Amino acid sequence: MKSLLVTARLDLTESLRARWFFVYAFVFGGLVLALFAFGLTESRVMGFTGLSRLLVTYIQLSMAILPIFVLLTTVRSLAGDRESGIFEYMLAMPVPLSAWYWGRFVGRFLSVFLPVFIAMLAAVGWGAAKGADIPYAQIVYYSALLISLSICFLGIGFLVSSLARSTDVAQGAAFLVWLVLLLFLDLILLGVMVREQLPPETIVAVALANPMQVFRTAAMMLFDPDLVLLGPSAYVILDAFGTTGYIAWSLVYPTVVGLVLAGIGYWRFRSTDLV
Amino acid sequence: MIEIEAVTKVFRRTRVLDALSLTIESGDRIALIGSNGAGKTTLIRCLLGEYTHGGTIHVDGKEPRHDRHGVLGDIGFVPQLPPPLKMPVRDLVRFAATVCDGDRGEIARIATDLGLDLEEIGSRPFFKLSGGQKQKILVAIALGRPVRMLILDEPTANLDPAARRVLFRLLAERTDMPMIISSHRLDEIAGLVNRVVEIDRGRVVLDDRVEEAGDAAAVQKCRLVTARTDEAFAKAIAEWGFSGSDEDRVWRGEVAGPDRMRFLGMLARYAGLLADIELADKARGGGGPAGPSGPGAAAN
Repeated sequence: MKSLLVTARLDLTESLRARWFFVYAFVFGGLVLALFAFGLTESRVMGFTGLSRLLVTYIQLSMAILPIFVLLTTVRSLAGDRESGIFEYMLAMPVPLSAWYWGRFVGRFLSVFLPVFIAMLAAVGWGAAKGADIPYAQIVYYSALLISLSICFLGIGFLVSSLARSTDVAQGAAFLVWLVLLLFLDLILLGVMVREQLPPETIVAVALANPMQVFRTAAMMLFDPDLVLLGPSAYVILDAFGTTGYIAWSLVYPTVVGLVLAGIGYWRFRSTDLV
Repeated sequence: MIEIEAVTKVFRRTRVLDALSLTIESGDRIALIGSNGAGKTTLIRCLLGEYTHGGTIHVDGKEPRHDRHGVLGDIGFVPQLPPPLKMPVRDLVRFAATVCDGDRGEIARIATDLGLDLEEIGSRPFFKLSGGQKQKILVAIALGRPVRMLILDEPTANLDPAARRVLFRLLAERTDMPMIISSHRLDEIAGLVNRVVEIDRGRVVLDDRVEEAGDAAAVQKCRLVTARTDEAFAKAIAEWGFSGSDEDRVWRGEVAGPDRMRFLGMLARYAGLLADIELADKARGGGGPAGPSGPGAAAN
């Protein structure tokens, strides 16, 4: 446990000094500032106003940016560390491989989750200072969604880093994974369904298996509980899960996917060349 | 004791280690030499449990790959190229001391010996230090840990003569533990070892005992006279800590015993300029150089 904590701390320290982290923190901090600057708290759309409106927009934007950012920075730094000799030196010390791998996972999770979370809290604090009502339930749900999203894409990133032997290959593979998940989002799925005349259940199954789609649908559900925007597939989803069930699915499923993929990555990491 | 038995490592179709076998006893201080691509670093990585491989490696009966703590806890390692870590020096030392059950004070003490104040550079990112500073920190971490074996990959590559002298002294204090010192050139590390193993294309092609060089911590006093003043020579000899007199024609200084071959190699570049060379053991010579003139004096 001592080795895991010290490795997590080490990864966090490395991340805080990395250029990508500044860009990352700047993007999410800037996002909150921009949303305030454009007066989003004063606007009213579909019944959402004040901080709720801002948070809905923030979470939608986060879901567009966070996956690709997490994937690319994770594989770049892990594969880069292996290539540049950092693994050679650090793994020559008697740190258990499990502590090294999962310690880095924890450290990386904190470095990708905290800026997004802190930016969201800053938005809430700012809104509260201006007299807006604080939507506590929404904040808790969004925080849980961000945790789930971060773990999911970190898991994919760690697996890709364990499989790829060079930074270039790792980055290319990570980008490809993101692109595939993007291709199976709702609008494209609808297009496929119409064109290929696939059974709706197949399309819905694909949508439920795609973590990016799961997040989109979950975030959508907050301001569109009947999922009108989603079209006919909404019936299947709501019949099978119900609103609460789907929210639980959107939190648990991506987390499990992330941890399972990271677990496969760990198995691969410890059973092949470490450097 | 380390037993390496028919170790084979293949990268794609290239056989980098080819059924290599080697036994290293507890008193062995080995110069692991060979050209680029001979398999030195691959062998070291196998020893450190970083590569999967065919054959077996046992360190005191334990497999590095499966008993990492048992094996790596006893090995101090200095890599050839310092890792480009962004973390502050202080964090690196803390990490190493924590996972290796080491003492930060001892690491700092060795760093100070090598001419580096860890307090002063503690907050600086490791990768922004000079090559010599990085090397000193890695050496301090390796020697500041409670280890029973040392693996050093080109340990003197970035060190100045003064730091090399301290390193030789520190290693001389540890001659009871096995060491593997990898280098392209035997002359650079000959004074530290008692056995030489040469690898070529993944196989041991030479395994021989070498004459003990005596006290690896020995220091030799040196006096040089040049035929004329030369700016390039003055710069080169000043890097060895020598001071000049008589219009920079007479130079005096000290050379670490194991470093004398390297020193003579440097002098060879100025052979036409040198009028006189005196080199003698400091302890034996007492007040100053007393040996015969000429390069042959270096054989003391």
